[in-house]
Amino acid sequence: MEPETRTLVGGTHHAAQSTAELLRQLVSHLRQNRTQLREEWARRITEAKLLTAMTKEEIFAEATSVYDNYVEALETGTFEALQAYARGLSERIIPRGVETDEVIGIVLLLRDVLARSLFAKYQNDFALLNRILDAYEPAANRIANTVAVGFVQERERVIREQQEAIRVLSTPVLQVRERLLILPIIGVIDPQRARQLTEQLLRGIRTNRAKVVVIDITGVPVMDANVANHLVQTVEATRLLGATVIITGLSPEIAQTLVTIGVDLGKMNTVGDLQGGIEEAERLLGYRVIPSGETTEHLRT
Amino acid sequence: MPVDDERKSVTDTPVESGPAPVEGRDKVVEEAKVEIRSDLDIIVARQKGRALAAALEFSPSELTLVATAISELARNIVQYAKRGDILLRWIERGGLRGIMVRACDRGPGIEDIQRVLQGGYSTSRSLGLGLSGVRRLMDEFEIDSKVGWGTQVTVRKWVKR
Amino acid sequence: MEVPILKQGPYLIASIQSALGDNDLVQLRDSLVEQVGRQRSKGVIVDVTALDVMDSFATRTIRDITYMIRLRGAETVIVGIQPDVAFTMVQLGLKLEGVPTALDLEEGIAFLNRKVSTTGKETNARGR
Repeated sequence: MEPETRTLVGGTHHAAQSTAELLRQLVSHLRQNRTQLREEWARRITEAKLLTAMTKEEIFAEATSVYDNYVEALETGTFEALQAYARGLSERIIPRGVETDEVIGIVLLLRDVLARSLFAKYQNDFALLNRILDAYEPAANRIANTVAVGFVQERERVIREQQEAIRVLSTPVLQVRERLLILPIIGVIDPQRARQLTEQLLRGIRTNRAKVVVIDITGVPVMDANVANHLVQTVEATRLLGATVIITGLSPEIAQTLVTIGVDLGKMNTVGDLQGGIEEAERLLGYRVIPSGETTEHLRT
Repeated sequence: MPVDDERKSVTDTPVESGPAPVEGRDKVVEEAKVEIRSDLDIIVARQKGRALAAALEFSPSELTLVATAISELARNIVQYAKRGDILLRWIERGGLRGIMVRACDRGPGIEDIQRVLQGGYSTSRSLGLGLSGVRRLMDEFEIDSKVGWGTQVTVRKWVKR
Repeated sequence: MEVPILKQGPYLIASIQSALGDNDLVQLRDSLVEQVGRQRSKGVIVDVTALDVMDSFATRTIRDITYMIRLRGAETVIVGIQPDVAFTMVQLGLKLEGVPTALDLEEGIAFLNRKVSTTGKETNARGR
């Protein structure tokens, strides 16, 4: 599209200008008024009580960077730099406790500040103002979107990492005796956690040279078919590593689930409770077991 | 690639895996093709697959999954079609990155795809051995096959962020 | 690529060094069966520690090895299956049913010792 500019006397009649040309005008306006527009934005951020986790100086510093990146995105029409900046910014501010609504809020405020300044500048040429706003809108939307999405993605990544850390901490594979491992499972298990548990267990068997593993599911309230399948797979994989599995704490409900998916409970080694399971494990390992309260000794089998 | 109505195909994408697969929408960052003619090529294909998966930063256990799936696909080629090839690709889609493996051959084709896919794994020497297993290991699984023309199996696995 | 087979007392030990092609696996199977007869071995240990992938063919062949050697009156035990490999196998549905497994060489020898000295008695072996 060829830019055609015919300025008649009075300046109110322009032929169609290209979007690029209009954006160029816009960008130069934003650059010329950079200082004042940036200050106004920072002021409005504080007024709206956004970014309260940051100091005024910090807000101003970040506002400067965001402003410059904003204008550059408008100018170049490319958003990679903005995306990268948004991620970096998110990495900085998320640990400070900044929330998603604040980030979206400040970007919309910037849009508003810039739009108002455009109104002020072109108030005498309504037609031109409209054309500039038409050029500005899509780009501004895209910028808001890019920054918001960048922030949200970074936030999700952080949350996942935190959940990961919790998962790893909350399911230890315990070595209580030589060659005996206990895996107490607590809570609701999703497929990803189930996979992690199995990996940790199998590695633990290798590292500790375990011969018997007691998997206690007393603390598992419900188990769907998928996770039940996974439990079965874990038992099978453990056998491949030459270890025996004893399952303890099997509730009637979960037993039913296992039967429903076709598991032959007769083939599975199950014991009522954890204590019983440990005793059975020790028996398998050939230890002498003296159950509490009794005086007879079980001899080595 | 069979194009007429007689082609039988199955495509499935679990709902959780994200955007629907559309050929051409995935960005290809890198690719390598391995010709499969003998059992030794099976090893080449799976080692190259493992290397690509490692570059993509899959977890150690996922590397084994990928290598094993490739081994099964390549083995099917050797066993039933005598020759074919395995295409390995680093792909990206909407913020996800992953590996695509496509096994192509001009072998006899599979008559009853549904039956093959339904079967739990069995160690008998039936056709399509291991395909249902491969489907379980991967995030996306597509198969096109026509008797007398050949078979193409495409699988994808995404790196969990 | 030939897999070295070592004799250790009444047992044979085959340590797989790296990725084995199908033909090599079949050759290993035949060698073991032959050696068991020739050496009159009581047991065979196949160490798969170095195998990074156990696919359907490898699984089938290992089961063949176990059954064929049993026909010769000896017992086989597979040792060294890696955690990732074991996990993949069960997800793929590959079962080593009827094949005894142990963690490593030491456990494998212990298993064979028990099996050989207590023939017919139930032990905590993996072969059901």
